[in-house]
Amino acid sequence: MSAIPFPAPPADTDAVIALRAEFRAFLDQQLKDRTPRQRSDNWYGYDRGFSRAMGQAGYLGMTWPKQYGGHERSAFERAVIVEECLAAGAPVGAHWIADRQSGPSILKFGTEAQKQAFLPRIASGELSFGIGMSEPDSGSDLAATRTKAVKDGAVYRVTGTKVWTSFAHEADYVILFCRTSGTPADRHLGTSQLLIDLKNTPGLTIKPIIDLAGQHHFNEMHFEDAVVPADMLLGEEGQGWDQVMSELAFERSGPERFLSSIELMVQLIEVLKGRDSDAAQITVGRVTARLAVLRRLSRSVAGMLQEHQNANLQAAIVKDVGALFEQALPDIARELIDAEPDPRAAGTYASVLANIVHNSPSWSLRGGTREILRGIIARGLGTR
Amino acid sequence: MLAEMITRLFERSLDNAAQTAAREGQWLPALWTEVEEMGLPLALLTEDQGGFGLSFAEAGETLRLLGSHAMPLPVAETMAANQLFAAAGLALAEGPAGLARADDLTLSNGRLTGTVARVAWGEQLDCLALAVGDKLYRVPRSGWTVAEAGTSANFHPRPSLAIDWAIDAEAALPWCPLASGATVRAFQIAGALEAALEMTLNHTGTRVQFGKPLQKNQVVQHELAKLAGELACATAAADLAGEALARHDVLGVAAGTLRAREAATAGAAIATQMHGAIGFTREHRLHLYTTALWAWRDEFGGQVSWAKLLGSAALAAGGPGYWPMVTAL
Repeated sequence: MSAIPFPAPPADTDAVIALRAEFRAFLDQQLKDRTPRQRSDNWYGYDRGFSRAMGQAGYLGMTWPKQYGGHERSAFERAVIVEECLAAGAPVGAHWIADRQSGPSILKFGTEAQKQAFLPRIASGELSFGIGMSEPDSGSDLAATRTKAVKDGAVYRVTGTKVWTSFAHEADYVILFCRTSGTPADRHLGTSQLLIDLKNTPGLTIKPIIDLAGQHHFNEMHFEDAVVPADMLLGEEGQGWDQVMSELAFERSGPERFLSSIELMVQLIEVLKGRDSDAAQITVGRVTARLAVLRRLSRSVAGMLQEHQNANLQAAIVKDVGALFEQALPDIARELIDAEPDPRAAGTYASVLANIVHNSPSWSLRGGTREILRGIIARGLGTR
Repeated sequence: MLAEMITRLFERSLDNAAQTAAREGQWLPALWTEVEEMGLPLALLTEDQGGFGLSFAEAGETLRLLGSHAMPLPVAETMAANQLFAAAGLALAEGPAGLARADDLTLSNGRLTGTVARVAWGEQLDCLALAVGDKLYRVPRSGWTVAEAGTSANFHPRPSLAIDWAIDAEAALPWCPLASGATVRAFQIAGALEAALEMTLNHTGTRVQFGKPLQKNQVVQHELAKLAGELACATAAADLAGEALARHDVLGVAAGTLRAREAATAGAAIATQMHGAIGFTREHRLHLYTTALWAWRDEFGGQVSWAKLLGSAALAAGGPGYWPMVTAL
């Protein structure tokens, strides 16, 4: 059969049920002053204090070995923490990339010294990472990357430009995808990954890219003969492509792929309170059904990852279907409630709506565009 | 094992002639006998109840096979009815059975009268698992006449039944027959979408236009990817409904059935479009699946009723209670 299988997610164990309850209490306490508008920032809310609290309470690096500051819990338990953070609108931005993909990449490919240097500080919520993949001429086509790192004794000299780097102006490190030999015509051959210290790299300048909402998440990182110690090479020289694909698999699999606009749903329900028409009940019912099924698919992916199965195709499906869902919510809300989106409104609903309207277009772009994902799924179906 | 036996049986006995006859409203006695000999009507029963004690996954696969072979007879209904009868302590069906809920029937002097709307193959059934209020009745064939003919969107008989029956078999209702029916339909929808995807991959892989198979066009590939996404959602939705039914959670059933119905709509549209004109004919088998999807998505409670049930619960949970409600589904 050509269906792409999604195994039943593991049933919640007593430990998972207890963890969820304990973590909900932690979030209630941590987020008690967070407004709906702030919660609607979802995974791009950035708060180092919150990330440190997460780390201190043992909720970061959940699946990593204890010797590196991890907690040796299951991928499924980590998934509970992640989905509860997103559903509550916790400001996870300062640890999000590090906990999700940079840390796991270092654990998988890093040297012993790198693991000891980085992982405990990520798990404690101290160290914040960004992503160093896209370039001005290399977005979806990552293999066209131009940024060049030339070995010069004990250092690499890096020249090139990376874009769309969320929080490069705040974060401590990025994992840079670059070319250590050859030219862009060599595609994925000759590529490598370097750990870049964003605060202490001579020759690196970081400039903001303001998004259409007027918000500063994105940055341009410009490397001009920037000097990077050679021991900051992650994994093997020339193996960058396989490593970056592995990193992307961590990036595409999570519940952030359908929960980005959940705060709008929460506020919509609040606004509908006491005036729930047939139309409201029908619409909310259908949205809830979609959400419940997406969540099941996402939990199935978490279960596969826990069993160390390759879930790249399943993750692409969750992200494709999930982005459609989270992007549909503003219009669904607009069919039920007359309200002008107002980014500066004091009132809750109008400002949440504005934030979601402004940010939702990016959800089918980042982490692999809708078109790239559908290509991956089609290939998985055997069409090319 | 069971799946292989079922597949062999359906491939042998459920051919185009059988499908055509069923669309003419003709019962398929030979096929039904084979279905009974295989024990399928008891497939959802535990071993204690005289069933196979199938695992959840095996039961789901069996139900999906009914969809992926476009089974025209009420096998899924009979399986679900027997599961209800067994749970309620009533006698099992001795032939095909129907599932219905009708709260507006009249009950007086030990007699049940009134109309039950649109029951698949109503004339041919042995009995009906009928819920009225909090009671489950096992109504035998002698307890009804056909009130009005009806036909499903895939052209099978769906008459409304005039019940007039002296009650001799009743029990407390274990769970709602509509929840059972909606759940088995969700699995059938997933099965039908599996078959539709398979056919669509075949067709677009072999049909050459402009010098290349349709499938080599990116725009076609993206539609296939969307179809695979709808199939994934339908399959997960059916599993969600099935797990919810097992714990008698009607909200979980609502979530599962609603998303499966949505997938039926979207999936049937993509599969037909990707087949081009041949998909709109009876010459190609796709129509067996698309018409079934268009029938099943509106059976055992309409989409509106299920959505209102789930939506009103979500609204009652309120903003802060919404996510905990979702995680409980």
